[in-house]
Amino acid sequence: MNRIAARFASLRAAGRGALIPFLEAYDPDAATSAALFAGLPQAGADLIEIGVPFSDPMADGPIIQAAGRRALTAGATLRRTLAMVRNFRADDPETPVILMGYLNPILSYGPEPFARDAAASGVDGLIIVDLPTEEADLLLPYARANGLDVIRLVAPTTDDARLPKVLEGSSGFVYYVSITGITGTRSATSAELAANLPRLRRVTDLPIAVGFGVKTPSQAAEIVRMADAAVVASSLIATLAASLDEKGRAQRDTVARVLADVRALAEGVRDARVAA
Amino acid sequence: MNEISRAAPERSNSLRNGPNARGRFGAYGGRFVAETLMPLILELEHAYEEAKRDRAFRAELDYHLEHYVGRPSPLWHAARLSSRLGGARIYFKRDELNHTGAHKINNCIGQILLARRMGKTRIIAETGAGQHGVATATVCALFGLPCTVYMGTTDVERQKPNVFRMKLLGAEIHPVSAGTGTLKDAMNEALRDWVANVRDTYYLIGTVAGPHPYPMMVRDFQSVIGEEAKAQLQKAEGRLPDVAVACIGGGSNAMGLFHPFLDDPSVRLIGVEAAGKGLDTGQHAASLLRGRPGVLHGNCTYLLQDDDGQIIDAHSISAGLDYPGIGPEHSWLHDIHRVEYAAATDDEALEAFQLCAKTEGIIPALEPAHALAHVMKIAPAMRPDEIVLMNLCGRGDKDIFAVAERLGVTL
Repeated sequence: MNRIAARFASLRAAGRGALIPFLEAYDPDAATSAALFAGLPQAGADLIEIGVPFSDPMADGPIIQAAGRRALTAGATLRRTLAMVRNFRADDPETPVILMGYLNPILSYGPEPFARDAAASGVDGLIIVDLPTEEADLLLPYARANGLDVIRLVAPTTDDARLPKVLEGSSGFVYYVSITGITGTRSATSAELAANLPRLRRVTDLPIAVGFGVKTPSQAAEIVRMADAAVVASSLIATLAASLDEKGRAQRDTVARVLADVRALAEGVRDARVAA
Repeated sequence: MNEISRAAPERSNSLRNGPNARGRFGAYGGRFVAETLMPLILELEHAYEEAKRDRAFRAELDYHLEHYVGRPSPLWHAARLSSRLGGARIYFKRDELNHTGAHKINNCIGQILLARRMGKTRIIAETGAGQHGVATATVCALFGLPCTVYMGTTDVERQKPNVFRMKLLGAEIHPVSAGTGTLKDAMNEALRDWVANVRDTYYLIGTVAGPHPYPMMVRDFQSVIGEEAKAQLQKAEGRLPDVAVACIGGGSNAMGLFHPFLDDPSVRLIGVEAAGKGLDTGQHAASLLRGRPGVLHGNCTYLLQDDDGQIIDAHSISAGLDYPGIGPEHSWLHDIHRVEYAAATDDEALEAFQLCAKTEGIIPALEPAHALAHVMKIAPAMRPDEIVLMNLCGRGDKDIFAVAERLGVTL
């Protein structure tokens, strides 16, 4: 059993859902970013998504776009992101790490060496925004050969007829994009989620994570009452951004402020199932 | 008259059969979009295939091309320019005489008719030089549909006349300040709008790039250029051209000119990229000559990118060529050596711009001025009985302010 499956199994045994925080690698700089990732498990992150900065993040709203720009300015590359995971993994053998990003840096690295190096660095899963199921054969065989889960995005526009095709070859968990839109904008209503999540449950046994527009502890709590995990990104990055000085540099309390948000989200998620 | 009304017969040895079912031209093309958009792309492909087979759609398209756009556009023997350069006979395919002043409207008419067929009620577009934005705003006004155009802030500045034109036509302009504020950034923002408004919005892409079926569809709508030119040249000269030349940003005017000639091996096809300040300065837009394959904006194609796969900002004096990618069919035609790709610098284009005005009485857009700059290089070495066909794909009214500034003239 890989780390993702093991973590969801133990959460299921504990009767609670997962909190998956997302931060961009190298935002706002290498050292602060490494400190943030190192602190996430202690703050209550059950799995971690690390954004791989890309010059043209077409699915992202202004908050994550700005994070990507800060990261690239700080020297982020895919290779350095893998090195950051390797360092994280040296101290934390258990928390699953998922890389989320766009295809081109991976193509540039080479899909096969990337999959090999990612697995060797301690990456557990991949979410590639612009790699739909129709094009997934570009990466899937190499990911599989190296034990990496390829986590699929499912959207409100994905109809029932298409769902099985989208989930073909998917493993780890399923990422439900809860709104039609970009990251960090509006939030899905519980009615929308209640209408869509059962469609997914009917066709997959994989855990379901919900992301896009999940901002507050109470929203995260509401998500894990219906799904298996809540992904929180833009609101954490907004806290990070607000902590920077006018030149975009990290301040002494940057790490603490972001981790405090994570702690509050984790409490929301942990209380949810107890209350339910 | 147009490509879709008399598509080339399927021949196994034809270069005109692409793309395949996966939207690929060789290794290029495809559908690299977020899952949210994937069902829409598939719906669009289906709707386009249906429209292509529908006589009523073809009739409506032909009607608008003839009576609204003003097709066929003339084929002009540029005699003074030919004798000035002292070599080949040069013909201009005058798509700058179309309504709105460029070839962009050919595609916009086709896509707006398709959008209406699909029941879409809102149109979005990206624009660089503003020619596609103007053409989109125009067809939206014609059909009474709300129109939002994304345009980089750099381009808004250097293409002010077109910005005002779009506003007059009732379009809403969204300036995009991300990146260098050019076409690439406008396209990112248009894609973000689309993903947030999937149910009612039609994304009217202006070039032969983006996810399948756009590269194929835009090419089909633009192939009217090459079809007409082929017939017109046959009438004027009784034969095919020896060389056909077109400028390339995303590559729609070039695909439109080249596609009908792909199976005529005697016709040398040359696409001219923007060399900006020079191919080795790092400030250019020559995706094929200086880029390598990757994925951006929904398709696999040659891109300007760094070692990490980050996209590099392009540079060109011409806003319409200022794009770090290129249509996937061009990438394939480049790899199989069916089309040659060259480049012209900002300065060479400026020189051609002025020469064309003074010898032919035609102020070309800076985009086709790049094509002309290449014609100026090759024509003198050709024989007087050889024919060069160049796509004069846009007029230069929009560029006079930028050119004046560049030439140190205060208006």
